[in-house]
Amino acid sequence: MNKLASRRRVLKSTTVGLATAVGLPLLDCFLNANGNAMAATDGKKAGAPLPVCFGTWWQGLGLNPGRWIPEKVGAGYTHNVELKPLEKFTGRMNVISGTKYFLDGRPLETHTTGLQIASMGRIPTGVNTVASLDSEIADVIGKNTRFRSIELALDGSRASVSKRAGSATNPSDPSPEALYARIFGPEFRDPNAADFTPDVQAMARRSVLSDVQDERMSLAKELGASDRARLDEYFTALRQVEQQLDIELRKPDPLPACSASAKPTDIKTGREVAFVEQNIKMFGTLMAHALACGQTRVFNVMVGSLGLRKPGTTQSWHPLTHEEPIDDALGYQKEVTWFIDFMNRGFASFLTELDSIKEGAGTVLDRSVVVWQTDHGYARTHTIDALPIFTVGGAAGRLKTGIHVSAAGDPATRIGLTMQQAMGVQRGSWGGLSNETSKTFTEILA
Amino acid sequence: MKQMHLIAVAVCAALASCAPAEDKVSGAGTTAGVAPVVAGEATMRRLTAEQYQNVIADLFGDTIELGGRFEPELRVNGLMAVGASSVSVTAAGMEQYDMMARRIAAQIMDEKRRALMMPCQPADAKLADDACARQFLAESGLWLYRRPLTDAELGSYVTTANKAAARLGNFHDGLAMSFSAMLASPRFLFRQETLEPDPAHKGQVRLTAYAKAAQLSFFLWNSGPDRALFEAARTGEIHTPKGYAKQVDRMIASPRLERGVRAFFVDNFHFDEFSLLTKDAEIFPKFSAQVLADAQEQTLRTVVDLLVKRRGDYRDIFTTKKTFLTQELAAIYKVPVAEHGPNGSPDIWQAFEFSKDSAYGGVQSQIAFTALHSHPGRSSPTIRGKAIREILMCQKVPAPPGNVDFKLVQDTNNPVYRTVRQRMDAHATNPVCTGCHKITDPMGYALETFDGGGAFRTKENGADIDASGTLDGKQFKSAMELGKVLHDSPATANCLVNRMASYATGRTFKREPWIQAMEQGFAAQGYVVPELMRAVALHDVFTRVAPPAQQAAN
Repeated sequence: MNKLASRRRVLKSTTVGLATAVGLPLLDCFLNANGNAMAATDGKKAGAPLPVCFGTWWQGLGLNPGRWIPEKVGAGYTHNVELKPLEKFTGRMNVISGTKYFLDGRPLETHTTGLQIASMGRIPTGVNTVASLDSEIADVIGKNTRFRSIELALDGSRASVSKRAGSATNPSDPSPEALYARIFGPEFRDPNAADFTPDVQAMARRSVLSDVQDERMSLAKELGASDRARLDEYFTALRQVEQQLDIELRKPDPLPACSASAKPTDIKTGREVAFVEQNIKMFGTLMAHALACGQTRVFNVMVGSLGLRKPGTTQSWHPLTHEEPIDDALGYQKEVTWFIDFMNRGFASFLTELDSIKEGAGTVLDRSVVVWQTDHGYARTHTIDALPIFTVGGAAGRLKTGIHVSAAGDPATRIGLTMQQAMGVQRGSWGGLSNETSKTFTEILA
Repeated sequence: MKQMHLIAVAVCAALASCAPAEDKVSGAGTTAGVAPVVAGEATMRRLTAEQYQNVIADLFGDTIELGGRFEPELRVNGLMAVGASSVSVTAAGMEQYDMMARRIAAQIMDEKRRALMMPCQPADAKLADDACARQFLAESGLWLYRRPLTDAELGSYVTTANKAAARLGNFHDGLAMSFSAMLASPRFLFRQETLEPDPAHKGQVRLTAYAKAAQLSFFLWNSGPDRALFEAARTGEIHTPKGYAKQVDRMIASPRLERGVRAFFVDNFHFDEFSLLTKDAEIFPKFSAQVLADAQEQTLRTVVDLLVKRRGDYRDIFTTKKTFLTQELAAIYKVPVAEHGPNGSPDIWQAFEFSKDSAYGGVQSQIAFTALHSHPGRSSPTIRGKAIREILMCQKVPAPPGNVDFKLVQDTNNPVYRTVRQRMDAHATNPVCTGCHKITDPMGYALETFDGGGAFRTKENGADIDASGTLDGKQFKSAMELGKVLHDSPATANCLVNRMASYATGRTFKREPWIQAMEQGFAAQGYVVPELMRAVALHDVFTRVAPPAQQAAN
């Protein structure tokens, strides 16, 4: 009875403000005894754990040296002052300090080179690039979801770190409203709905896509190698549309913690901090529901730090990093540090949303890992060493947490390799030239 | 070779620079033979948002709403037209194309519109109708694929429409499904430079007639071919030098050229960046969303009026006092404009000429330049100077170095360094910084008399603004004088020639002899932009394409 009562509370917490569409008998029917794995449905084996999810958080402009590195290395560290907003996640996150980006004689494109190395492991030599690590991971863990990955930008732009191989950048959804429509619009199928009737229009559309496939494929014969590669990207993209239709036409497996997110209202997008603060929470809620509903397993958040600003001021975050004098009394740039604190609180707010959807004994955050990376160790002087890196979430038991790893002078790409291996990407080394590494952070791999 | 020679003759006819040839630099004056062009590799370019919209509007009228988001475009060497040769489609983008396709198809098949939009109606609306589906899909396919569909292609789409109609019990719903599949086809979304054996040059290839027609129309009109151009492709007339030149002449004389010129300048002036431009409402209270839209339109109207309608000298875009304003813009420029046109017409756009003494003159002084290349709350001589170098002069400004201490840069509350110039001068005492800032800042200083929202000012924080500076050794004391220096600098006109050739072909070029010849042609001809476009369209570089490499690049 206690178990049932506790599940009732769980249900209540996941459906606040919404009509409760999920009944308790359904919950009992589909969860295993521990509540963290699927019961047998549609011929699937009982007890399959809920799948792992992977997220990135790209926050440019670094942190303040000396204010974020924990004193203690190893397990049981305590957060330094700048990471206090993330204190409640201490035991569930890892801090990695000391890594760097290597230029190998190439010019430093400030605020760009770091992003390229962190996401692709190398500085590209042209427009065509390798896929970013989230795409590599999505190809392993996200193949059967409605969205291979979801990208979102907090500043109202379409900017994104996520790239497919070639020249395709997966654009961000610029507003919670747009993302809501994409995930929870009319094409969303509630996995817990009692009835399921395949949509006739969707059936016809799926059939049409098959019918015209040969005609579309014929183009490949006329193209050179590089354009054929671009056409391949087109077909990869098309497969997602086909897959979305396939998913729409199939009765989904029940996911007890799933409920459609409430529709975001009063949306204002842009670079003003008030808008960003509101949208972090809305985006966080949407992503939490999307993950709980199995719509995707990979997401990428672009903060858009450079242009963030307070209304009525002449400076945004980026120019401030270069132009604000260091406060003599404080020993750091006061306004810049305000932005750092603002966005660290924002990161905590986003994580809190992921943590608010309970799945048995754990939460959506517990079966996810979110990797926080940045472009410069210290934006004021564009340093590319002593970089802060964080991971939050245990990735469904694939990662150990609560550890501070000091990796002075090592390539920052070690985290990308570690994440790919943790997510099941078959890869022994990753990166280019001096950024190539075959060393994972074994300290955090479970 | 005969065709190449005749094209060269045609170019010479268009550009006075061709005669006498001995006056020119090596290879100048001819486009083939003396300074041969290396044929570019065939490209596949993704349609831009505007091109997609234009094709649909040409086919069905401009009342069709697309209702989707296009993928961000990629700028390569200053132009998105070049980046279009590299970009593909992402999953998120495909979702949007698919959604737009269904939305467009639904509007065309809408009960109230279909009689107007479709060439035929089915015998029974509940059943498949092979003949009507075929007629509609063949006609639409011509415009979307920019060539007639092959029998196999048409057969596939008709079968698809018939099957879907049978499944849904509705002819129009079935046709809509098939048509939306065509709209999401790579053959519509990407423009291919399709090649065929060149009968005049054994062993070589040439663009097919239809590919050539599309190449021309997207360059000059930013849309697909019209019926006359399709006809010239169908008959093969477009493959004859005379027939080709006739089409180029017709298209340059067409009112649609304006659309092409606007598209070029939207790309070249980086107006896509307006989508992310914000201005602080407290600091620039007049800078509304309307001003944002009007500012772009003002500059486009200025260049189209000068370059196309009046066939003026391109270099005058840096000095012209003639422009067009709305009430909202006039409030920022602090000039009076009438609410209505001279004859009482309700046109919100009014022709306006700034006075001789006004600091405003030339596109670089207009809001679309000064506000776009500024911070949200203040101006920036560095950003503006960089924009002049990179956008207007095709010169690359190096990225700032790493590990620079900026503590001397700018403290807007500093009682000693009150103007940006004073603060930047303090910053430039750092030898690592001074090199690049010398390239950008002196031009930017001239525009400091315009604040971050584009309004004229003489003081900053109570101190007089010093707008003097130099550009490549030429001195100036004001924004207008900077305009004159830009006008007289060979770099600005040469930059336009290079950009126009890149824009037309989707490729990038060094300053090769044939480009230099084209620069001279442009100068000798009086810097008339439609004539430059004609020269590019008639040049070998535009139509000479090599088969694509079969090895993956990079």
